[in-house]
Amino acid sequence: MKTVILEAKNLTKVYNHTKVVDSINLQIEEGEIFGFLGPNGAGKTTTILMALGLTEPSSGEINVFGYNSTKEPLKVKKVTSYLPENVGFYEDLTAQENLKYITRLNGIPDKKADKKIEEVLEIVGLSEVAKTEVGKFSKGMKQRLGMGAVLVKEPRLAILDEPTTGIDPKGVEEILELIVRMSRERNITVLLSSHLLYQVQKICTKIGIISQGRIVAQGSIKEIGKSLLKDEKENLLEIKVANKLTSTIMESIKKIEGVMEVEKKSPDHSLEEIYIKYFREE
Amino acid sequence: MSGLKVVFWKELADYLGSRKFLILFIIILISAISIVFILSQNIGEYSSEISKDYVFLNFFTISLGALPSFIFFVSFFGPLIGIIFGFDAINSERSKGTMSTVLSQPIYRDTLINGKFLAGFATISIMLISIILIILGLELGVLGIVPNLEEISRIIVFFIASVIYIGFWMSLGILFSIIFRQTTTSALVSVMMWIFFAFFVLMISSVIADQVAPLNQNSTLEMVAKNENIKSMIMHISPVVLFQEITIALLNPSARAFGISALIKGSNLLPTPLPLTQSLMVIWPQFVGLIALMLICFAVSYVIFMRQEIRAT
Repeated sequence: MKTVILEAKNLTKVYNHTKVVDSINLQIEEGEIFGFLGPNGAGKTTTILMALGLTEPSSGEINVFGYNSTKEPLKVKKVTSYLPENVGFYEDLTAQENLKYITRLNGIPDKKADKKIEEVLEIVGLSEVAKTEVGKFSKGMKQRLGMGAVLVKEPRLAILDEPTTGIDPKGVEEILELIVRMSRERNITVLLSSHLLYQVQKICTKIGIISQGRIVAQGSIKEIGKSLLKDEKENLLEIKVANKLTSTIMESIKKIEGVMEVEKKSPDHSLEEIYIKYFREE
Repeated sequence: MSGLKVVFWKELADYLGSRKFLILFIIILISAISIVFILSQNIGEYSSEISKDYVFLNFFTISLGALPSFIFFVSFFGPLIGIIFGFDAINSERSKGTMSTVLSQPIYRDTLINGKFLAGFATISIMLISIILIILGLELGVLGIVPNLEEISRIIVFFIASVIYIGFWMSLGILFSIIFRQTTTSALVSVMMWIFFAFFVLMISSVIADQVAPLNQNSTLEMVAKNENIKSMIMHISPVVLFQEITIALLNPSARAFGISALIKGSNLLPTPLPLTQSLMVIWPQFVGLIALMLICFAVSYVIFMRQEIRAT
């Protein structure tokens, strides 16, 4: 059995009498790339901040590596990297100096840090601009530097909050590739919050869907798809036609008494389908 | 290195390397040098104003026609220096998105604010020490006067008072940078506070005093004293007034009281200079008041910062 790395139990956060996060139960196992999905304002960032001990839960608890995030935030933050949404750096410091500040805050000795920073800048493809002030960086470069900042402290868990917002498709590809490499080569567990479904589907091994502060589904995409559409499946009849499915065939089936709907179906449930199913009401 | 040290050194490097520090430093330096030079050129003309026992201190206190004295510079521009260092301390980190990155590192939240305060005080101290040393050096070089021990200790106390005074304004700036999300708002509010304490307090105090204890031609001495007391009570909430009195007593050893009591007491006292310990006794309440104001600013900033939510939205 794999070890549970992040576990939330009845986690609740109340802001101004509204429950932003409402008794969430969440489990992330070692080595997973966990996609944390939900529309804006669903409570993703609040949950993440509670996991890092940057915000106190109103009730319930969240543990990372067995440490309570509220009571022992330093132990949690030591082994966890966080890439905030719209990550920022000190603009008049160079990429290298920005990372150096992070390694120092983590108590990594300078000699070891220098090597590490060089290596990390190489990985994120910023070696050539290591000595350039971050103020001159593009949004995509800053985001890659953000990934560098995640890697440089050698975490065991990386929490990435909307790591691909506002960058071009090529940049998105690079970031996603980095995340996968990070997970495979360094065995870093990843919590990826996003509302961009295509990306999540591409790289995540498991997902959790949050809506209005509640987890509405959790598991692998296949599992959720199955359970979600189970009820409907009992009343469902699949028909395969010999040649091409034409509208005349569909029409004639529809004429049979008791048939509610005739639909052309794609072979697998995409994450899009699942997502839209949950948020149809909104 | 512990987190506090790391934050401190980083912030200090930021301050000392910043353009705003350079500009302020050059402005103050030029004014200090010009005061010393003009004074040393015309020292003969001012011989009547110069106290013979404390020649050295005169360079800080004497104003020459259009050119104001050095202590005026500090009491007037000190607040601006403090505000410039403080007003964007926290809200700029917030708006640039660096705060969540820093606080997600294994440090406590107060490390950030403590580091900023300490680095700010260090910057102010470095600035003041270097300027005071430059003035002393010029005096030594140009005039060949050697300060005595009494003068040196007075200058050291003056330095401490100035750091606390400018530090108060920096703390006020940091407080507003925590309360307001926009750097422009915090800058404006800080400057408004400075204008209020530097100018309006004086007007308001006399208006209130005249309301409570109105004076006319038949007023008795008691009435005048009461009016003056109310005025000085209100005036003393202003750090500018507190600092001005402190510097007067420190750099002008014959000063022994302020306001109406100075007029009454002074008339039948010989203007002999006081030793430093006695001067300190005179300004002790002002000193404590200034320290208290600064500590209050820090404490309020600290509490608000610790309770604030991290997320920018």
